Amino acid sequence: MTDQPAIELVGIDKKFGAVHANKNINLTVAKGSIHGIIGENGAGKSTLMSILYGFYQADSGEIRINGKPVNIKDSQTAINAGIGMVHQHFMLVENFTVLENIMLGAEGGALLAKGVASARAELKRLETDYGLDVDPDAVIEELAVGLQQRVEILKAMYRGAEILILDEPTGVLTPSEADHLFKILGVLRDQGKTVILITHKLREIMAITDTVSVMRRGEMVATRKTKETSVEELAELMVGRRVLLRVEKGEASPGDVVLSVRNLTVKDNRGVTMVDNVSFDVRAGEIVGIAGVAGNGQSELLEALSGIRQPSSGEILIDGQPIGRASPARLRELGLAHIPEDRHHMGLVLKFEEYENAVLGYHRDPKYGRGFMLDLDAMQADATEKIEKYDIRPPNPRLKTANFSGGNQQKIVVAREIERDPRILLIGQPTRGVDIGAIEFIHRRIIDMRDQGKALLLVSVELDEIRALSDRILVMFAGHIVGEKTAEAGEQTLGLMMAGIAA
Amino acid sequence: MSTASVSLPNWITYGLMPLLNLTLAFVISGLVVWLIGENPFEAVKLLLIGALGRGEGIGFTLFYATNFIFTGLSVAVAIHAGLFNIGSEGQAYLGGLGAALVALALDNYLPWYATMPFAILGAAAAGAAWAFIPAWLQAKRGSHIVITTIMFNFIGAALMVYLLVNVLIVPGKMAPETRTFLEGGQLPKLDWLMELFGLKLGAAPFNFSFIIALVMCVVVWFLIWRTKFGYEMRTLGISPSAASYAGIPYARTVIITMLISGGLAGMMALNPVMGASARLQVEFVGGAGFVGIAVSLMGRNHPLGIVLAALLFGILYQGGGELSFDMPNITRDMIVVIQGLVILFAGALEFMFRPALVRIYQNFVKA
Ligand SMILES: Nc1ncnc2c1ncn2[C@@H]1O[C@H](COP(=O)(O)OP(=O)(O)OP(=O)(O)O)[C@@H](O)[C@H]1O
Ligand SMILES: [Mg+2]
Repeated sequence: MTDQPAIELVGIDKKFGAVHANKNINLTVAKGSIHGIIGENGAGKSTLMSILYGFYQADSGEIRINGKPVNIKDSQTAINAGIGMVHQHFMLVENFTVLENIMLGAEGGALLAKGVASARAELKRLETDYGLDVDPDAVIEELAVGLQQRVEILKAMYRGAEILILDEPTGVLTPSEADHLFKILGVLRDQGKTVILITHKLREIMAITDTVSVMRRGEMVATRKTKETSVEELAELMVGRRVLLRVEKGEASPGDVVLSVRNLTVKDNRGVTMVDNVSFDVRAGEIVGIAGVAGNGQSELLEALSGIRQPSSGEILIDGQPIGRASPARLRELGLAHIPEDRHHMGLVLKFEEYENAVLGYHRDPKYGRGFMLDLDAMQADATEKIEKYDIRPPNPRLKTANFSGGNQQKIVVAREIERDPRILLIGQPTRGVDIGAIEFIHRRIIDMRDQGKALLLVSVELDEIRALSDRILVMFAGHIVGEKTAEAGEQTLGLMMAGIAA
Repeated sequence: MSTASVSLPNWITYGLMPLLNLTLAFVISGLVVWLIGENPFEAVKLLLIGALGRGEGIGFTLFYATNFIFTGLSVAVAIHAGLFNIGSEGQAYLGGLGAALVALALDNYLPWYATMPFAILGAAAAGAAWAFIPAWLQAKRGSHIVITTIMFNFIGAALMVYLLVNVLIVPGKMAPETRTFLEGGQLPKLDWLMELFGLKLGAAPFNFSFIIALVMCVVVWFLIWRTKFGYEMRTLGISPSAASYAGIPYARTVIITMLISGGLAGMMALNPVMGASARLQVEFVGGAGFVGIAVSLMGRNHPLGIVLAALLFGILYQGGGELSFDMPNITRDMIVVIQGLVILFAGALEFMFRPALVRIYQNFVKA
């Protein structure tokens, strides 16, 4: 019994219309192990996990849990079979407490009081067993993202999960939150639970997994013991060619100041000051990186610079001219483009077809239709061009945007903004959820833009990305810019500044 | 939940699913009819004969459907921009004022086809004006459009009664209504259209407004899916945050959308006021504005769906009237119950069968 694998997938096949998302997949996951799954954007990782969790039904193939074939026809059967899933987009009720969220759907009986008491006790046990500490009475919306994710894990454990699936869990986490998550996963493994981890970050794979499987274009192409492989081998297996893991770039030759910020103060929706009296310049032909732990004012800064949020005081100047209360549309006319941090919230309308999103913000351009009309043919031709250039898969401008994989959605946004050939580009988390091959490509494009003399402002929570791309690094902490460094600055130094400890 | 993300072919979503919902609504209505001691099959027969049996019945059915197309389009346009316009009723009522003023001013001098463009503009302008204040309050002050448009239905009704009783009434007459328009202020009946199919229109008020309604369907389709403004409306309707990112001005989009929505509701007045009674009367809208909400819901906010749903409600209205006449046990209120069931199943519970259909479809595709 014990030597049965926790999960066996045999010949899993799934098509979405013409897209063959999973081709005859075989996968064995040993009990009590952490199994990584990697692969390019659109390789079929999320689809495979959705099949295991009962979101989709495979067209053919078999799922065996602990050696027994199971017909997982919906998420409830998956939960009953001991499978839990932590979604990339959390499924929590924002204004419920932690305890209420965990009990939701598993209230146990008509009377709440008894259930609450036993749930609280069970939660206590899970906390001590797995190091999953959160305040059970805290309201979800007041918790940091890392803690919300912990609640998702608790929810799965509370339902008796023996197998936990995490789909790109670290995309939204700060480095220290990610470290904590990995500690928790380690404890879970030591307690005999099985973990499947999908991520694009090979460093995480090397650090935490026991085994790693690689998917490419719907197929499972390799499985390796983590100890016996390397980042380089995995990268090559994923993309099918050698990948440059670090971009090469020459010296910057900065020109005139294009974008300046003077004593800028920005408040969030609750009226809390998020950007506090900030000043800096961005010159033509340079990339200025803003490093900082998420939530230290970077988002509000980007929103103010792109005209989405009105600053409460201070000035923004383009070519020395104050922009006043210019709208996002006006700023686009001035040659400012913006890759927003959150593609689902801002950068895309998920229910639109791909080609409709390919013009979002630029739809008034005469190129996409004269006068008040839209020229769908021109829009689609334009979208097709970008799809080819950025290798967006599947190459179908008529597909609903929600049906693209996460990384391909990101490429739709990046293609739209870069291909406008703006003079100023604001970049928020450009490679969140994007595979290493595409990261290489996007980084290349960003550096090309610099070399063409554009002014670029980069916000990223990935310190590696900031260090690889930026010519100058500004560190943001609690709404202030606490210091400026060059790209040569060590990770340690920057890390301390980001934590508000050193300047 | 687990099936929500699976996409189904259009013929299932737009054909089979509404049909199943409708069938269920009729089965339950049949049970109700059976419970009050009437024969449900007999009732369905009477209803269908009443609505579609003779040329006159069809004429009435299409007359009602014309109202519902206008109000359905009005609701749908607003929904595409994420606005729930409950005020089509009041906007249509005010639209009557616009149409009547034009007809009263011009009917003496112009033939109907020359009066008509002005009447369309007058009706649309009055309906749009009545939508403007709620739209402005929503856009600038954040006052919820559902609340303000409901309030404006009441204010509009009071205003119209006041105007009809005190201002527009024919001196010396008792009835609160304007004088009868001359032929230059009336829209002609479509008896020739019925005759093409060998049908006699009889006394039914089926008139040229129907053609205007169909033209407006095409215009609305074009507006929503082929214009830049339609694109902005849809962006705002689906994702307000993406709209703000894209630089789509919120206030302007809300106000223009509501003006269009109110204008479409206002144009509904052409049908009863200039096409049927040839005068402005109190309460001529008769709830068509509210039926428009159900029609839009059931028609999936698409002009083609709206035409089909409007026809269905036209049949229920006309056939229901005949039925309550023939089966006294089935009162007018019973008909309202049946209409309510159709709205419940086809509108509110539209996705009830979806999970099951997804399963069946997936098994079918697998095999
Ligand atoms: N509901 C759907 N309808 C149509 N196509 C879909 C649907 N869901 C996924 N696909 C397609 O299936 C393929 C696999 O997608 P999947 O989301 O599994 O990729 P992934 O490996 O998770 O990629 P990423 O790393 O970008 O998240 C993609 O080409 C995607 O466009
Ligand atoms: Mg994915």
